[in-house]
Amino acid sequence: MSAVATEPRQALAPEPEPPARRPKRRWTRAILPTYVGAFILYLSFPIFVIILFSFNQTRGGFGTSPRVKTTWIGFTTDWYKRLFELPDLTAALRHSLTIGVLSALAATALGTLLGLALARHRFRGRAGADFVIFLSISSPEIVLGAALASFFVALGFSRGLFTLFLAHTMFSIAFVTVTVRARAAGLDPALEAAAMDLGAGPITAFFKVTLPLLFPGILAGFLLAFALSMDDFVISQFTQGPFTMFPTWVFGATRVGIPPHVFAFATIIFLTGATVAMVLALGQRRKT
Amino acid sequence: MERSVQPDLPGVAPPERRPKRSRAPYGLATPALLWLLVLFVIPMLAMASLSLQTGNSLEGFRQTFRFANFADALSQNGEFLIRSIRNAAVVTCIALLLAYPVAYWIAFYGGRFKSVFLFLLLLPFFISFVIRTVAWSFILSDNGIIFGTLKSLGVLPESYRVLGTTFAVVAGITYNLLPFTILPLYVSLEQIDPRLIEASKDLYASRTKAFLKVVLPLSMPGVFAAVLLTSIPAIGDYVNAAVLGGPGTAMIGNVIQSEFLRDRNYPEAAALAFVLMAIMLVGAIIYARVLGTERITEG
Repeated sequence: MSAVATEPRQALAPEPEPPARRPKRRWTRAILPTYVGAFILYLSFPIFVIILFSFNQTRGGFGTSPRVKTTWIGFTTDWYKRLFELPDLTAALRHSLTIGVLSALAATALGTLLGLALARHRFRGRAGADFVIFLSISSPEIVLGAALASFFVALGFSRGLFTLFLAHTMFSIAFVTVTVRARAAGLDPALEAAAMDLGAGPITAFFKVTLPLLFPGILAGFLLAFALSMDDFVISQFTQGPFTMFPTWVFGATRVGIPPHVFAFATIIFLTGATVAMVLALGQRRKT
Repeated sequence: MERSVQPDLPGVAPPERRPKRSRAPYGLATPALLWLLVLFVIPMLAMASLSLQTGNSLEGFRQTFRFANFADALSQNGEFLIRSIRNAAVVTCIALLLAYPVAYWIAFYGGRFKSVFLFLLLLPFFISFVIRTVAWSFILSDNGIIFGTLKSLGVLPESYRVLGTTFAVVAGITYNLLPFTILPLYVSLEQIDPRLIEASKDLYASRTKAFLKVVLPLSMPGVFAAVLLTSIPAIGDYVNAAVLGGPGTAMIGNVIQSEFLRDRNYPEAAALAFVLMAIMLVGAIIYARVLGTERITEG
């Protein structure tokens, strides 16, 4: 549809000539762009503060571990040198990374298969599957968390690494399914048929033709699942028990004060995530 | 993007493939659906069952089908529920007003830098929202970089504070949910053919009129999605009230969280979570109905 619509639009493009039509450049035309710029600055303001204050000294400490100060004291790179100084924080981050990778792998495997089934086949229970996926995406996190916690309490499961893995995989499946399904819907099934006409078995055709074509969707699904898991706070808090994750550890620390190491870690995570996203986006652009 | 539309078009391929009903889709779908059944559907039922039980955390809970749990939970927490609904309504309105002009400008004037602008908008969300909320508590603190400076300049009185107030909670939730407001708005605005606006101007519509009569109605599906995607997480939020709020700003999520994780009053917490889910479902259905009929009467 949209491919058809853009063609005549491009053909008409040179005709209206906006500058010739509106010679008077009123100052009001600057309002919106200025507002958009201010809006972007507002959204990223906390990020600047986090990065800036990860280089701030803390002064004092009275034997306990240092806490971030709300005013600028002086520049230091100490927190990056002493990054792994707090064993609890390091462990929480390790837990988050472990659960992030494991649950993203599991959700990618499960969600890819379900996405393929929904994109390619009509089967009994398809509408039901669609409904469950929709519900699991649209349910508020606190309801999901309370439901999972009720379930684990009823079963007498002790909450920890395993329940976190189960929960994180659960909420990521729907997102991977939707991502892979969109990609699979865009693939021409004739390609797989052609491979089979050329003598490939269904399994060979899947691995040699379908899977490589699906790969961008699968990768996007994996990264989305990993990001969701790393960012998750609410469901983790309800399913973690005594086990802490990076966001839940930080939340717990707000009562006594945040150690500056948290800001240093946040800066590193931010720069890594932004770099990966930028590289992927540029790679995508080069291909098209 | 364009290709994903193809299968919906009336083509030759789907009817041809339909007869080949195989067992393959069941094999593909079963593992994920089983996971969702055991860890999503059954937990919801477990929560429903728990909400009707009686007992305490020391002696255990027994199923007594005590529906009065719901009445108790509601009568004790009406204040928090009302505050949550009010906060969510305020957040949704502010977020829409803040986000619409941005989405509009990027969609119509972003040119080839559209994706760059979108990337800049989403950039902050590479940091966990808990840490961003902590950063706001830091920025808004009484002697922090904004209010500390203003106070030392004598612009604000020493007693002035934002942290701990409802304003801080609403501002925090708005900040956290803005991408959920802006993306659906952008998607629907981006699909509007600019030639329609040209046409309305050729028909002597002023800029304002062209916006009100063409752009705004055509972007309503985006507004609809934005309202749902913003208000649903806003009602259930408890992180902002916990980090940025103070006494008297607790929302229903804070009650559910502390009943469940601190007081271990599972039935009450489960009943409240259920009420919350019901409010959101009913709200969404009514909202969809109202907006739906409006569009029918207009069209």
